[in-house]
Amino acid sequence: MIRSYLPVTIIAATAKFLPHRQVMPAYVILIYLAAAMLFALSLKWLSSPKTARWGVLAGEIGMAAAIIATLFLPEVRHYDWIFIAFAIAIAAALPMALLIPMTAVPQQIALFHAFGALAAALVGTAEYYAHGTSLGTSTLVAIGFESLLGYLTFTGSLVAAGKLQEILPTQPMHYPFQNVASISVLAASVIAGAMVVVIPANPLVFPIFIAQCLLFGVMLILPIGGGDMPTVIALLNSYAGLSASAMGFVLNNKLLIIGGALEGSSGFILAMIMCKAMNRSFINVLFGQVQAGKATKSDDIYGGNIKSVNAEEVAAILDGARRVAIVPGYGLAVAQAQHAVGQLFELLESRSVDVQFGIHPVAGRMPGHMNVLLAEANIPYDHLMEMDRINPEFENMDVVIVNGANDVVNPDARDNPNSPIAGMPILNVDKAGTVIVIKRSLSSGFAGIPNPLFAAKNCLMYFADGKKAVLDIIAELEKL
Amino acid sequence: MNPSLESNLFVFALAAFLGYEVVRRVSPQLHTPLMSLTNAISAISVVGAIVVTGAGHNTTMVVVLGTIAVTASMINVVGGFLMTDRMLKMFKKRKSQ
Repeated sequence: MIRSYLPVTIIAATAKFLPHRQVMPAYVILIYLAAAMLFALSLKWLSSPKTARWGVLAGEIGMAAAIIATLFLPEVRHYDWIFIAFAIAIAAALPMALLIPMTAVPQQIALFHAFGALAAALVGTAEYYAHGTSLGTSTLVAIGFESLLGYLTFTGSLVAAGKLQEILPTQPMHYPFQNVASISVLAASVIAGAMVVVIPANPLVFPIFIAQCLLFGVMLILPIGGGDMPTVIALLNSYAGLSASAMGFVLNNKLLIIGGALEGSSGFILAMIMCKAMNRSFINVLFGQVQAGKATKSDDIYGGNIKSVNAEEVAAILDGARRVAIVPGYGLAVAQAQHAVGQLFELLESRSVDVQFGIHPVAGRMPGHMNVLLAEANIPYDHLMEMDRINPEFENMDVVIVNGANDVVNPDARDNPNSPIAGMPILNVDKAGTVIVIKRSLSSGFAGIPNPLFAAKNCLMYFADGKKAVLDIIAELEKL
Repeated sequence: MNPSLESNLFVFALAAFLGYEVVRRVSPQLHTPLMSLTNAISAISVVGAIVVTGAGHNTTMVVVLGTIAVTASMINVVGGFLMTDRMLKMFKKRKSQ
């Protein structure tokens, strides 16, 4: 191996016979095994909303058992700092988990990713400084992966959370030679990581490695715009899991490997689903630039073809409808309109109108975000329809109300091969009898292109705030 | 290849495959709670952080890094499970008329 001519070889060779971890007691191994099985069961139960809460309980039991067993490990001798850390963590986590509004769940999850990844990265760093040169090559490689993924996910997730909270600009940010710069930093961090493995005794390599990983995380996420956040969060979810898994390789702990791998593959699947729903590749999301210019001028499409309506007219249209679909988008979350939409749902159902919700996979700022908001507004989950289930239904719908969605209902994606979003699967709302679009203005969505739907014969624009519009429609409808 | 690395790679590959198969079946309605739950589960890294901190290697730096790691991952555990449950509690079927 490459290390054979290095001076540290002698130290490493002697250390091989001095394992730095004690053998785990059998009962701890059995508890870890049970925890791993509970984790798998936990995800299995999440397959349906009926059993999902049992899944959380299974996960909690597995976690609690594993933590308690670990505290009884013979090598854990000092408890003071551990319990102080527990107390701080519980005090910090309770308000985060229980008080955060559902519209802010994406940034909260991004923050949790940052915490998890930071923990993995710091444990890798602590292992390096505790055992340094006595570690074998494979452990050093694992520490390299753990730290690379951990530190880049830490800063990347903080940037993502900042963008979602709109502390940082949500627009895509571009500067000259951006991709060259990002890839150079990535290459430099990989090289520094390799140096950690080859010359672990050098005091400079590890700090340099850490700095580059932290920098790469920022450079990777900073240019990405708000509309790509569902993919980015899913990808960071995957990285956070993989860093925890790498920690399992470092500490030779199979429970960590399993727990991390479950999140690693889950995040990967979600990121794939998001990419497919935008007809884009990972590379395009991470390094792609939004092409401008090719799009049709908005005046050519909208000029003279926009029909505007008010609440009274919308109420009159809804009064005659038998089947209604509501299509929510991120604008619904911004306007905090979910409860108003919930009231409209109740009112229409009480007038024996059949109401379904059509939810595009990338609606909102993270996978499944719209479903959580609508569930919060007491809409039964059997009325929340995914894209493939509701698309064949639109032609039978009398009215579709689009609230805060734009690109995901743009028929150009389906019909115009020259459109920048050509090929992206959309909700075919234009097939319905009447489409009512609630929107503040004709401004374009994330893709920055005009939407021919707004000028379509069967489309009526209701220019208003997403929440106020729905409340006004309810008020008018109650008069009828 | 040393035997522990070998068995660890087997465990990793099979767990990743298991995760893929299980997660594929999760309803798209529950993708947000899924992400939150898997994140809470991977915060099992708290176990590693406890070992590193509790072993008390004589350097202050290791204890400091370990304590921060325990705090960060424990926030992830407590916050992750509570928030997942808070979201799932809201998913209800139609109440009987």
